[in-house]
Amino acid sequence: MKVIDIIEKLNLTLFSGSDGLNREVKGGYTSDLLSDVMGHADAGRVWITIQTHKNIMAIASLKDLPAVIIVGAEKPGDDTMDQSNIEGIPILGTSLRSFEISAELYNILKEE
Amino acid sequence: MNFEYKVEGGDFTHAGYASSQVKKMLKQLGVDVSIIKRVVVCLYEAEVNIVAHAYSGVIYIELTADRIIMRLVDKGPGIPDIDLAMQKGYSTASHAVREMGFGAGMGLPNISSNADVFNISSDVGVGTTVEIMINLNAIAA
Repeated sequence: MKVIDIIEKLNLTLFSGSDGLNREVKGGYTSDLLSDVMGHADAGRVWITIQTHKNIMAIASLKDLPAVIIVGAEKPGDDTMDQSNIEGIPILGTSLRSFEISAELYNILKEE
Repeated sequence: MNFEYKVEGGDFTHAGYASSQVKKMLKQLGVDVSIIKRVVVCLYEAEVNIVAHAYSGVIYIELTADRIIMRLVDKGPGIPDIDLAMQKGYSTASHAVREMGFGAGMGLPNISSNADVFNISSDVGVGTTVEIMINLNAIAA
């Protein structure tokens, strides 16, 4: 499944990084602790978080994560979106909370 | 090959720059992906530690055909009790740094579990030096 597919299926907002819409999604990782993601998220996992600052893009890039989903109707900072566009790593948004969006992502990936 | 990167304390907007440069370089050299991952985790955590805790620092990268040595030397408050700092979940990070999702006390344990050699020495009131070595036995011929 690609980033564009999860946007459609989960009705997500695309904030930035549209160059990366065809990146491959192999799973998800839900955490708001950056070192947790750094230490444990595998490549290909979409990162679900409430964090919106620029450092999330450094982690997403270093860990080869295909996209970041920001929960709770929060918006990324301008510099975060700039970095997302530079890296070609989409930032997506949802009004759902981490638990609900994680469950939905899990379900569509499981059906694949 | 030797490289140097300067790091400013408190400058979170550039945190991860050195890690990103080193990752690109290792990719170009054809180093095995699983080894690059370990280098990146170690260097990023050590880099963020300087940003979060020190006043300034320098990252020295020494790259040879079979290993990478990363030496991070900072000027800062130092670490009074290294054994305590190494414990998972222990952190002296500020509230502001924790709100960003850093300072969970996972950085040094992350380095420890990914490095082949990891040394840390510190003088309170002077600074901290972290040395990380990782074997790169998969550089393409």
